[in-house]
Formats: sequence, structure tokens, C-alpha cells
Amino acid sequence: MLPEVGQFALILALSLAICQSVLPLVGAHRGDAAMMRVGRTAATGQFVFLAVAFACLVWAFLSDDFSVLYVANHSQLSLPTMYKVSAVWGAHEGSLLLWILILAAWTVAVARFSGDLPEAFSARVIGVLGFLSVGFLLFAILTSNPFDRLVPAAADGGDLNPLLQDPGLAIHPPLLYIGYVGFSVAFAFAIAAMLSGDLDRTWAKWTRPWTTLAWMFLTLGIALGSWWAYYELGWGGWWFWDAVENASFMPWLIGTALIHSLAVTERRGLFKSWTLLLAITAFSLSLLGTFLVRSGIIVSVHAFATDPTRGFFILSFLAVVVIGALALYAWRAPSLDSDAGFGLLSRETFLLLNNVLFVVATALVLIGTLSPLVIEMATGGKISIGPPWFNVAFLVPTLPLVILLGMGMHAAWRKQPAQPWARVLRIPAIVAVVLGVVIPLFIYGRISILLFVGCAAAAWILVSSLIPIVRSLRREKGSAGITRAALGMSVAHFGMGLFVIGVTIVSAFGVESDRALQPGQSIEVAGHEFEMKELRNVQGPNFSAIEAVVDIRKDGDFIATVRPQKRQYLVQKSPMTEAGIHPGLDKDLFVALGDQLGNGAWSVRIQYKPMIRFIWLGALVMALGGIIAVSDRRYRVKATARDAVPDTVTGTGEATA
Amino acid sequence: MNRFLWPLIIVAGLIVFLVMGLRHGDPRALPSPFIGKAAPEFELPTLKNPEVRIGKQNLLGQYSIVNVWATWCVMCRAEHGFLMDLAASRTIPIYGINWRDSRPDAIRWLDELGDPYIASAFDADGRVGIDWGVYGAPETFLVDPGGTVIYKHLGPLDADIWQREFVARMNSRGAGT
Amino acid sequence: MKPRQQRMLAVGLAALGIAIAAGLTLRAFQDNMMFFVEISDVVAGKHPKERNFRIGGLVVGGSLQREQGSLDVSFEVTDTACTVPVVYTGVLPDLFREGQGVVAHGRIGDDGVFVADKILAKHDEEYMAPEVAESLSKHQKDIQEAAVRGASGCNSSAS
Repeated sequence: MLPEVGQFALILALSLAICQSVLPLVGAHRGDAAMMRVGRTAATGQFVFLAVAFACLVWAFLSDDFSVLYVANHSQLSLPTMYKVSAVWGAHEGSLLLWILILAAWTVAVARFSGDLPEAFSARVIGVLGFLSVGFLLFAILTSNPFDRLVPAAADGGDLNPLLQDPGLAIHPPLLYIGYVGFSVAFAFAIAAMLSGDLDRTWAKWTRPWTTLAWMFLTLGIALGSWWAYYELGWGGWWFWDAVENASFMPWLIGTALIHSLAVTERRGLFKSWTLLLAITAFSLSLLGTFLVRSGIIVSVHAFATDPTRGFFILSFLAVVVIGALALYAWRAPSLDSDAGFGLLSRETFLLLNNVLFVVATALVLIGTLSPLVIEMATGGKISIGPPWFNVAFLVPTLPLVILLGMGMHAAWRKQPAQPWARVLRIPAIVAVVLGVVIPLFIYGRISILLFVGCAAAAWILVSSLIPIVRSLRREKGSAGITRAALGMSVAHFGMGLFVIGVTIVSAFGVESDRALQPGQSIEVAGHEFEMKELRNVQGPNFSAIEAVVDIRKDGDFIATVRPQKRQYLVQKSPMTEAGIHPGLDKDLFVALGDQLGNGAWSVRIQYKPMIRFIWLGALVMALGGIIAVSDRRYRVKATARDAVPDTVTGTGEATA
Repeated sequence: MNRFLWPLIIVAGLIVFLVMGLRHGDPRALPSPFIGKAAPEFELPTLKNPEVRIGKQNLLGQYSIVNVWATWCVMCRAEHGFLMDLAASRTIPIYGINWRDSRPDAIRWLDELGDPYIASAFDADGRVGIDWGVYGAPETFLVDPGGTVIYKHLGPLDADIWQREFVARMNSRGAGT
Repeated sequence: MKPRQQRMLAVGLAALGIAIAAGLTLRAFQDNMMFFVEISDVVAGKHPKERNFRIGGLVVGGSLQREQGSLDVSFEVTDTACTVPVVYTGVLPDLFREGQGVVAHGRIGDDGVFVADKILAKHDEEYMAPEVAESLSKHQKDIQEAAVRGASGCNSSAS
């Protein structure tokens, strides 16, 4: 009964979405206030019905309703309750429903918080979001209905893939989707601006917080995925340049460029066509990512089950949305005027370089991801492009980026006098050069050009981004202090610095070793001793496992005991490795069981990962910077004279966001 | 030309390419190499009665379908109802290949849900499946009286697919149903 | 800077960036593309020499051998027509099993043995790496025809 209710709720949501898309857009065109207002109501209604549908699906899982095909495929009687819930979005149909729900939630948020936007504008935004909802709802109802029945019902289900039975992976999709879908808001804002023909600094000001918020969630989602892959899947790897990872990374790269470009448009009314294009591209890449992952066109360990019908549907939708948006762009962009100018040394220049470099980076990732397909179609040869290529190619735009980052954040708008600027940068430069040598050489014992550059760049960014904070702390006597937007910027950039040092150090100094080990034996890896004390059988709720107890020592001093497991899940029967990790900010020690070698010995993979936690810490701090920036007063206070933000050109090169 | 048209042109090209990519290779839509060729020889014990063996010779003399199934395959359960209906209608003999499964589980499955098969061959390690080009379950082969594979269907069967793909082919060969 | 100059600067930078990226891309591509070579082609000698490539197929049942207590393993991979012996030192992935599909990166020595530096077994009961599936399906035909001829179905190279 409830699955039918869920299905019905979906159809109702679709009809509301249709209203939500057509009426406000027509109303905005005609200036019909009543039609425009329908958008908000329809959006709320759509969200309510989608919540009902989602609740029905969750209930189907919690009540072990194996008469629903989706539940039978992905759940199991003995599955722990938490994973019965996360199984809802563990595969295609359910995750699609989650996506649609999140889209509706963002729409309701926009409807709720757009009080000070002109009616026509917010009507258009809601209309566009409604159009997107219609597309996804049609996709779900026509090709991917999570409520399809299984007759006769199964007695027990096929179980959730053991890899997904993990708390980290449980929240990874929701976070990621909130980010992906959040870019649809920026997209809708862009379309609304193009439809009305008005794109000015105020538009940028409205768009910024929504975009930053979406960006923040995407940052967290990607970081979580990487962290999960590290401890669950990748035997110590944290990024594999897998097609699905790339599919989430590309929107993030463009999203980052977008939030910076929006800053310029808000501040100076410049880069309007850049900003528009980036807004369109960010969401388009989200859609492209959905397509790549769900259509079967690209093979990946992450990809959902393949079905070309679904692929064609998504691709058609993608085509309509993106080509429509770009057609609008080609029509409107020529008339976007910006007659302001800027000097060669100015924040605008740095942000222009920022845009270009991020776009190049994104293009490289896209090329690397799609090339195997191109080459196979062209020559029939099957090739794979993997980390070796990506790691090198990606450095090309990102190395200049990190160097320019430290400089750009201190450049004033419009025109930055060289002298004061260089003076500000003196300290970071000195610290960077020093640490660039000291950290690799004296802490880890080795140095190379790349290591120097990596560590120096990280130090450069870390120190440079602290300068505005330090200055505002040192300031006295009634000056404004640092705005939240500027604080957010500093914090986010600081996070970037943490990320860079983590990546540099772990890539250069990480050690991985496959060895044979048996109880009572001890081996040495990267200056630590690993002793296997015993092997024993353990039982979990839906698995049985062999567990090794391993003591770790350094120079004889006991550090920790880790318990890696080799699990056998009861239903799916495939073995799963649960690594034993001793975490630390300075390093991780990672032990994973391999195979039985005979004679009571096991192969183990031991890894020494210095500073790897800085990678995810950096991402967290970046996200923190995002939320600080979003909470800036100017988004919460009605437009007043205060909002006429002056350009600052001071002798000390002080900068505001 | 309006230089702002470039993004549109590039994206349009990308989409064309992706369409081609989609049609180029559905990894599961590989045509069976046996279509039009003789079905592979095989000999396996039956599921319920290990002393009895069946093989290709059982298929000769009439149209038959060979259905690859397993208890771990949820979609096999989805098509099971249709197979029962088909068996009841006595239109065509249905042989099963129980693929990479556990014998007791499989027998219990058939006892609970019903057995539409004349007999199921028990292919424990999947070797025979490999010979037939099977890479997943369920898969169903249509074999003609001479032992030639006429058609292979990937995924669960239903009445619609049966009519469209199987009956149509038999009719066009003058089988009459 | 006037808007027009800004634009030229932007375009110039973009062009420069793309040119550099493209150049590096093309060069690195060549070095880093990993070709997938079918087992039958490997046996026939049609594989990259002196560089890494990928092979894929089914692990021949009963072929997995390990020295007691050692990380060295050897096994055979087949596309049902031909077979290639593989050696590997290290931990095998969880989903590695005899009779299942596998993909290996490495290179082949003069002795015809494939020395793998990475083994991937990324499928489950219902899914097989497409290159492996396609390769298997292609070689069913070879077996068929060979069976008719009474041969083993594998055309190894004479050279």
C-alpha cells in the first residue's frame, strides 16, 4: 500500500513541478503577480509530496518490504538499521529520489529567503528550478521508479553492497547532492538574469551566498568521499582520478572559479559574461556527472548499474538544459556592458588568472576522463588514463594557481601600487622559502624541486592568508575590523594551504609495503615495528571475520594496537577488508589484511602516511571559511547605504573581500 | 560570428560525441557470438537428481529455451512468475542452467516458488555458462530444433519481450506457436 | 586597462594556458596511456614491448599457485581461446577468485610470462569488466571454429 502511496506522491509532485515551472515564468513575462506567486506555493507543495514519497521508501526499507524490487535488491533482514536507511540512496533509483528531494528543498529555501528580491526575478528563478524538477521527476517516473513491485515478494533481500555499509559512505551522497543540486540555484539565478536582461552587481550579491553554500557542501561531500575511500576501499589511496570522482570534482573546480568571479561582479560589475558562463557550466557539469555515472558510458568501480535508456534520457535532458542556457547566453552576453577598467596589478587581474587556470584545470580533467571513450570510438583500442597522467597534468594549472593565490588576496581592487604590496608579501615569501627547505629536508630527510615548491607554496598560502586576520586583531581604536566575508576568505585560503602541504608530504614521503606476517612475528616499515600478536575469529551483525591484533611500536615505545579484519558478509559472500588505522595529525599508520599465505601467515599491506589528515582537515577548513563568508552581515541586512562598498586603495595594500 | 556562441558550439559537439558514445557500447549489449550458430555441447548433472545428466541433445527436435538463473539473482525472481505462466501454457519446453549456485538453496527456491523447468542443469563453477557466453543472470537463449541458437536475451523475461523477441522469431521461421 | 585590452589579456592568457596544457597533455598521453590487449593478441605477439599494458580475462580455475608463506603468486588468465601465465608479488584484491574476471597491469617478458604490478578485480556476481566480457565473447567464436577443426582454438605466434 505505502509504495503505491509513494508512487502517487511522485506523480503529484510532478504535476506541481509543472505548475511551478510554467506559471511563474509566464507570469514574469507578463507581469502577472498572481501567476508569479504560484511558484512559491507550488514549490512548497512539491517538497511536501516528495518528502512523503521519500518517507514511503524509507519505511519500505525499515519494514523489510521485499515486495518492492528496489528494497529486495539492496536490503537484507540482517542489515543494521542505520544501513537500511542509507540503503535508500545506495543505488540508482533511490539516490535519484534523494536528488529530486534535495532540489525541492533548495527551491523552498530560495522561495523562503528571497523576500527582498524583485518578484519577477524570484519567479523566474523558481520557474527554472521547477523546470529542472520536472525533468528529473519524469526521469524517475518513466525509467527509474523506486516503487516498482516484485511479485512474488522475496523472502529476503540481496543485501546492500558491503562497501556501502559504512557511516562515512552513508552521508557522502546526501552531502554531495546538496552541493551538486545547490549549483542549480546559481544556474537558475543566471537564467533569470538572462531572461530579464538585467545582470548587475546586485544580482551578483544575491547569487553569492547560495553559490558559496552549495560549494561548501560539495567540498565536504568530496572530502568525505576521499576519506572514506582511504580507510575503506583504496588500500591507503585517497584520490584515484576515477571517472566518478572526476565527475564530482569538475563542478567543484568551476564552482570555486564561480564564487571568485561573483566577487568581481559584485564588487566592480566586471566579468559578467565570465560569471554567467561559469554559473551555467557548474550546474552543467553536475548534470554531466550524473550522466557519466548512471548511463554506463564510462566504466568505474563506483558507477551505478548501466542502462542506455536512462543514459539517453539524461543526455537529452542535459542537452535541452545546457544548450538552452548557452543559447540564452549567446543572445544576452554581447549586451552585458562593463566599462570599468582595472590596472595590470590589481585584484581583478589575479581573479582573471584564477578563472582561466581553474577552467584549464577542469578542461584537463574532462579530457582525461573522456579520452578513453574518444579513443575507443575512433580506433577501437581500449586505453585507460590513470593517476600518472592526471597527477602530472593537473599540476600544470594548479602550481601557478597556488603561487598566485598568496599574492592575489592582498591586491587591492582596481589598482594596486607595487611597493606596498611587495612589502606585505615579504614575510610570507621569506617564511615560504625557509619552510620549503626545512620541512622536507629536516623533518623528512629529503628534498627535491617539487618538494620545495610544494612546501613553499603551502607555507606561502598559510602565512599569507593569516595576514588579514592578524592585522585586524592588531587594529585598535574603532576601526571596522575584519568583515566575515574577508575572514571567510582568509580561513578558506588557509584551508587550501593545509590541503597543499598534506598532499605534498604524503605523496612524497608515504611508504607502502606488502609483507608476509604471522602471529608472533614482527616486521619493520618506515621506522616503525609492526607485531602481529594473534589472529582470531570475530562475529558481526551480518558478517563473520578474521581479525588480526597488531601492535605498533617506534624505537621500542608502544604506540597503538590496531585490529584489521577480513570480513565475509553473510549474503553477498564477497570478502571485504577493514583496515586497522592508527590516526594522527602528523601521520597515519595503516595495516590491512591481504590473503592467507599458508603456514598461518597472512599478507599484509602496511602504510605510513605522513600528514595525510591535513588533506581532509584542509577541506574542512575551506568549508568553514565558506560558511563564515555566507554569514556575512550584508546578506542578512536589508540594502542600505552601507552596502555601497568602497574600493580600498591604501598605502599598506590592505584588502577587503 | 557572435563569439559568445563558442560555448554552445563546443557543448553541442560534446553532446553529439556522448550520444555516439552511448550507442557505441552498452557493455552488456554484446551480441552473442552464437546467434545463428550451433549451441555449445555440454553435459551436466541435473539440479534435483545428480545421477541424471542432461546436455545439448535434450534440446534437439523442437524449439526450446534455455534460461540461466540463480538464487542470488534478484531479477531471476522477478521473471520467475512469467516463466511459471509460460511453463503452464505448455508452449515450449524450458530448460534451466542453475549457474554458480548452491544446490540446496536452488532446490529450496524451486520448491518454494515452483519449478517451470523440464530440468535444470547444475553448473556449479560456471564453466558451461562461460561456454555459452553468459556473464550475468538472468539470460535466456532461444534454441531451434536443430540446436542452433537463434536469440539471446539479457535480463528478466516478461510477456512483452516473449512476444516481441521470441515468438516473432519462431513465427518468422514458420514454427507456428 | 580598457575593456578591450582586458579582453585581449584574458584571451591571451587563456590561449597560453590551453597551449601549454595541450602540449603537456599530448606528450603525457603517449607515455601514460594504458592499452588493453586481448589475451589472444598477447599470445600472438601483438602487444606493446618494453612498456606496461593491461590484460584481462578469466582466471583459469586451479591455476592459482602460491609459495607457502610468500607473497609471490602465479596464475593463468584466459579469454577462453588462449591463456597467458601471470606472476605477481603482493596482496591480491578481495574480489580476486578463480573463474572470475580479472584485469592486470604490467608487462610481458621474453619468456611469455606477464609480470603484473597491479591486479584489479572489480566486479561482482552480476557484472564483469566490459573489456573482459567483450574479449571473452569475441573468442567464443574462435573456440567454436577450432572445435570444429579439432584444434585448441588458440593461434599462437610463430615468431
